[in-house]
Amino acid sequence: MPLYKNGSFVQDQWTTIPEGEAMSPAGHVIVPLTWWQAERQAFDDSHVPIGVRIDPGIAIDDFIADLSRFALIALVIPKFQDGRAYSTARLLRERHGFKGELRAVGEVLIDQIQPMLRCGFDAFEITDPVTQAALETGRVPGVTHFYQPGVNEAPKAGARPWLRQAGR
Amino acid sequence: MYRYDEFDAAFVADRLNQFSDQVQRRLSGELTEEQFRIHRLMNGVYLQLHAYMLRIAIPYGTLSPRQLRKLAHIARRYDKGFGHFTTRQNIQFNWPALKDIPEILGELASVEMHAIQTSGNCIRNVTADHFAGAAADEIEDPRPYAEILRQWSSIHPEFTYLPRKFKLALSGSPHDRAAIQVHDIGYQLVKNDKGETGFAVYVGGGLGRTPMVGHKIRDFLPTKDLLAYTQAIVRVYNLEGRRDNKYKARIKILVHEKGFEAMRAAVEAEFEADKSELLALPQSEVERISAYFAPPALPERAAQSQALETRRASDHAFAAFVDVNVSKHRQAGYGLLTISLKPIGGIPGDATAEQMELVAELAEKFGHDEIRVSHEQNLVLPHVALDDLPAVYDALAAQGLATANAGLISDIISCPGMDYCSLATARSIPVAQRISERFADGPRAKDIGGMKIKISGCINACGHHHVGHIGILGLERKGVETYQLTLGGSGDESCTLGDITGPGFSYEDVVDAIETVVDTYIGLRSTPDEDFLSAYRRVGMAPFKKALYERDSGSEI
Ligand code: HEM
Ligand code: SF4
Repeated sequence: MPLYKNGSFVQDQWTTIPEGEAMSPAGHVIVPLTWWQAERQAFDDSHVPIGVRIDPGIAIDDFIADLSRFALIALVIPKFQDGRAYSTARLLRERHGFKGELRAVGEVLIDQIQPMLRCGFDAFEITDPVTQAALETGRVPGVTHFYQPGVNEAPKAGARPWLRQAGR
Repeated sequence: MYRYDEFDAAFVADRLNQFSDQVQRRLSGELTEEQFRIHRLMNGVYLQLHAYMLRIAIPYGTLSPRQLRKLAHIARRYDKGFGHFTTRQNIQFNWPALKDIPEILGELASVEMHAIQTSGNCIRNVTADHFAGAAADEIEDPRPYAEILRQWSSIHPEFTYLPRKFKLALSGSPHDRAAIQVHDIGYQLVKNDKGETGFAVYVGGGLGRTPMVGHKIRDFLPTKDLLAYTQAIVRVYNLEGRRDNKYKARIKILVHEKGFEAMRAAVEAEFEADKSELLALPQSEVERISAYFAPPALPERAAQSQALETRRASDHAFAAFVDVNVSKHRQAGYGLLTISLKPIGGIPGDATAEQMELVAELAEKFGHDEIRVSHEQNLVLPHVALDDLPAVYDALAAQGLATANAGLISDIISCPGMDYCSLATARSIPVAQRISERFADGPRAKDIGGMKIKISGCINACGHHHVGHIGILGLERKGVETYQLTLGGSGDESCTLGDITGPGFSYEDVVDAIETVVDTYIGLRSTPDEDFLSAYRRVGMAPFKKALYERDSGSEI
């Protein structure tokens, strides 16, 4: 799966383990949350970097206590109109200080990249060919003036403390 | 009124470029119609029965003459010479060509207007009391807060793909003219016992197919927490609202299914957990934005106007106009003038380009450059000297805008229904026209008194029929239109949903049925001052049911 990160397509260091597939706990795998929960003892002993896949509808409280164990969290976007992951991403970054990779997987389209970046995603698995082609030209459509603080955005000097401006 | 600064102007220009690019990508086939749909909706472009429709935001219903002139220009140049004011302080053009839309949006941007988020599953145009800043009973002008909410919610990265649309409304007066309790969030400005200003907050109201009155989730929210608290509500909704069924996706259903107490607990917990303070409103910022809304310097005038009284004594039509369409202003010698867009037999909410230009001119000459659009589909000049009313009246009358029916039975809210809307199950505009002709704006209408009739052409309830004193819902049964009546609804601070009378009425009979309801009310009111809603609340449904169904006009459904 093409992986878009920090402005370009990069080699994916991670292997995604599909639901129900057996494997021994190794490093750099992304497993479903339930799978990890069932096998956590094995992972605890191995100390390898681990990624979890979070389906929408899973509450943050269900895994927040284990956050420090994850080097990567993949949030599933089943349809591009499903906006739940945007809130989850912000909460993970802003409230829970998650520093690992926050990856959007599922139906990730070109016009969603900018709002996702602003909510704290930093990696995108791209399946849509049009989106892939557009990103390859280095073009992320969006706006440059924002009326809300975004993740990792410095305030713009001025009266309204929540204003932000992209430095593009 | 609010003026864009450099940042605001750049924002709208940005957004226009973004949308023009999306239109281009749609035209080149890069975006599928399904992928494009969401973008066009978020920029106010709907697909209707006959053509595209463009819905333009009039945030909190405030317009300058320059802006209204621009709308007139758009009506003339890109449409068929008129526009349609809606119940959500928007204006709709029903006939623009898709290729013209970026150009229209460019014209709008030149007068600090846009169509952003007038549609789509996002936070919609923020509405407010149309008498804001002028009403005698106002605690504080709600519009600065509405403007702050408008800015914060524009292209919000987290809240652009909500389960469903999300509507905010604000009122600054104890008498609620903005129907805040039937919005997803309603904010009522209040004072606490320390004399500080804050908001009573309502959540989970809405109409549509499952009408609900909002729950009061906060008695007092300090104004500085406006954005943070709103963020908490919308975030809980974004995470937990249903996405499996679009008819169950509004926040009202979440509140209902989760239970109000659980909802309150979740919102309060989310609000408490957010320690960032990034969204705390600095008092200096509230003051800076409020300054834009400072009331015009109105010269002192005598409370009684000689010019008005002289004319009134000799001209019945003028007297009726003043009695009905002028509301109490907080400053002596001035009035709030409602310009009815409900001419007898006309289409509720329609205005021609010429009419818009006239109102713009009157606002400049006599109205301190301010115009309001009400959710009741009328226009308002909020600051008119009583001395000037004769001149204003004459000018309005010349353009067919002097109908003396504000708040009366022929001041009907109606959705477009079958005439424009692809979802309609029945006609609604022609029903409004027939009722309007039946009762008109003469002595009979005045005798009937305050009466809000609201009509929707299907269960989506765009015409707010549930909160009409008399509500009319057009349905279709076996290929035939049938109209269900509800009585006793109200969208003000005493918000209630109307009760269904019983079986519906045919297109032919529905006006007679309304007349039966009205005559029954006249017969049973305790005094001529007891309005329909009070009388209904006193006596209940029984007498109306009896009158309606113990004669032959009701057809079974
Ligand atoms: C002609 C095209 C229109 C279409 C296709 C349309 C469609 C809809 C739909 C599907 C809903 C229900 C949404 C829901 O409950 O989740 C709705 C609600 C609503 N519409 Fe429209 N509408 C149209 C025109 C209008 C117009 C002209 C007005 C104003 C006069 C209007 C005002 C409203 C309002 C106020 C509601 C809200 C009720 C609520 O959400 O609580 N709509 N519309
Ligand atoms: S109530 Fe129904 S018919 Fe009327 S505008 Fe809304 S969707 Fe259309």
